[in-house]
Amino acid sequence: MNLKERMEMKTTLDKVTKGQKFIIDQLPDDDYKLQLIRFGIAEGEKVTCLDKILGGTIILKKNRLEIALGSELAKRIKVTMLN
Amino acid sequence: MHNTPRSTKSMIDFKKVVLAGNPNVGKSLIFNHLSGMYVEVSNFPGTTVSITSAWYKNYNVFDTPGIYGVSSFNDEEKVAKEIILQGDIILSVVNALNLERDLFLTLQLIDMGKKVSVILNMMDEVRKHKLVINSKKLSELLGVEVYETSALKGEGLENLEDAIKKARQGKEDKFVKEKLNLVKNEIQDQAEALLFLEGDREIQKKYSHIKLPIEDIREEIYIHRRNRVKEIVDQVESIDTPGGLFFSKLGRMALNPWTGIPILLVILTLIYFFIGDLVAQRLVDLTENTIGKGLIEFNIKKLVALEIPNEIEVTVLDEEDNLIENKTFVFEKGISGDKKKFEEFENFIKDKNTELNFVFKNPFVEFFFGEFGVITMTMTYLFFLLLPLVTSFYFTLALLEDSGYLPRLAALADRTFTKLGLNGKAIIPIILGFGCVTMATITTRMLGTEREKTIATALLQFVIPCSAQLAVITVLLSAAGPQAILIYVLTILTILILTSTILDKIVPGHSSPLILDLPLMSFPDLKNTIRKTYYRTLSFMKEATPLFFLGTAIIGFLNITGLINIWINVLEPLTTKVLQLPKESAVAFIMGMIRRDFGAAGLFHMDLSTYQIVVALVTITLFVPCIASFLVMIKERGLKIGLIIWAGTWIFAFTIGGILSHILM
Repeated sequence: MNLKERMEMKTTLDKVTKGQKFIIDQLPDDDYKLQLIRFGIAEGEKVTCLDKILGGTIILKKNRLEIALGSELAKRIKVTMLN
Repeated sequence: MHNTPRSTKSMIDFKKVVLAGNPNVGKSLIFNHLSGMYVEVSNFPGTTVSITSAWYKNYNVFDTPGIYGVSSFNDEEKVAKEIILQGDIILSVVNALNLERDLFLTLQLIDMGKKVSVILNMMDEVRKHKLVINSKKLSELLGVEVYETSALKGEGLENLEDAIKKARQGKEDKFVKEKLNLVKNEIQDQAEALLFLEGDREIQKKYSHIKLPIEDIREEIYIHRRNRVKEIVDQVESIDTPGGLFFSKLGRMALNPWTGIPILLVILTLIYFFIGDLVAQRLVDLTENTIGKGLIEFNIKKLVALEIPNEIEVTVLDEEDNLIENKTFVFEKGISGDKKKFEEFENFIKDKNTELNFVFKNPFVEFFFGEFGVITMTMTYLFFLLLPLVTSFYFTLALLEDSGYLPRLAALADRTFTKLGLNGKAIIPIILGFGCVTMATITTRMLGTEREKTIATALLQFVIPCSAQLAVITVLLSAAGPQAILIYVLTILTILILTSTILDKIVPGHSSPLILDLPLMSFPDLKNTIRKTYYRTLSFMKEATPLFFLGTAIIGFLNITGLINIWINVLEPLTTKVLQLPKESAVAFIMGMIRRDFGAAGLFHMDLSTYQIVVALVTITLFVPCIASFLVMIKERGLKIGLIIWAGTWIFAFTIGGILSHILM
């Protein structure tokens, strides 16, 4: 895998599409970080995008847990896509 | 605890048992089982979050708001945290279907060094989903007792007493223990020590002399705990058949706009038929007019009028509420002083559609029992209009909540509300506003930040017409024709967008993003729904009643002192010149301050052109909220913001009304 391909896989959470799996690289550095970690959305975790609602709200799935995230917050979460 | 119910028991050494758990884990069902009939509902000191407590044997049992962890991210968490800190025994109620989410809190409670027992609830659902949970193993890993229950079906509840008795300290995380040693000497209480390390702001303030790099530690602890949850879940849970169930499909459909919006429309239609038609029209007509005014208020006033000089003004209306005739019966010495005339009066009103108004010469009597009588009007308003309306709204809300639909609706609406400077959760107070703005203003508490609460409150007070007002508006508009409806709807929508854009710019602070857990959808449990409705309605009535009395007292005072006429005179040029409406409409606007529908209803008897109707309705929609919601707003948002919003509605309503009037006419 060359450098360019690697770069393309790195993106922010608002860019993922329905059904995509990805790894959380970096969470925003504030209170929301802890709230996300509580739900198991921590750095290094593998998460699936279950759905993306028109307008950008992201529905994440981690095991049986489903979490809705506002698009503004999603923009601040860095991820690496897996497929 | 701050409030100790039943002082007789406070002498004995009783233990405080606290129920803690994530939202929607069936915590309240467990609490209901323990509490029986006698439940105390009170506001937690210094906050607006209500807590329930009860006695079970010699234990004082406390219910807490649903939380994902012990911390201070919002009011509910702060309250739950306080109660947990003071608890002797914690029953950690866990949704067995959601171990991955729920065990975080359980582990945190154990790390706090509290005596804990785990109530593994919703085991029937676990079986339905063909999941297997090894609760023995779970108990071993956590170091505390684990009890399987299905609170909905009443299974396993007989073990709750055992759970309380056998509660004990569990196995703390080794990593957390190490970190706790850092502050062991400064903070004696392990629970406080843990919260200090986890960066809880209130606890940190208490021990502000201790300097430690908390940011890194709290994150490390959280991640560590998360990983431990995962390890535990991997060991105790097996076989998962994902999806395939009707409800998970429905849950998915509720999120997709193509199916979600039709689902929302179906739900709104059902709500409309239930609340808007059945309750707000038919039931309230019966309770307010027939029982409240016709029976109770009439008889109270008649009783007062027996010996006290009065006049009874009778307005006879036809079936469409058009005026047929007016007649006044004067009783110089009270009704018992002129029995013959009273018989005449009774014969006159017999079998007619009438509105009666008792006028008392004595201002004191008029103040309490007259047209805006503090006693008579408040009673009818509170118990025969508001009570049925609010009950039905809270019932619907509880149904939607327990079914797991609301979080999905919030997710669906998130984008739209982000544009208004809010997040998707705000759809709940806004929808409630169409029922009762007063109630909706109280519900804005659920929003994340002060800024969001202010924006949502302002939107409610400015733009959202409550059901009482909506009913009158609908009747007037449909009579005025499709063009009027179109202009009205477009104007209000434009103003909604305009107001929210302005508010988004001027209200300081920041709005919180949506982070919402989507629970599985399921059929709500009716018993629990009813109980929830009961407690919420009770707490609403408790809060609203004094404010309604105060509001009516103010109006009554303005009325008997004649100040209300001065106000009407001040308003008159505004209505005639700016809005180009007949001068009597000033009265309608002033009446609208008492009750929003009074205002709109006042327009019924006026001879208005189509455009005048539109102008009047737009102005009245935007105009000041009813006195009750004004007072609730002051209570919730403070005097300054409350008055700014209130004054804003005056300026806004007449400016927009004036512009519209001069464009149209």
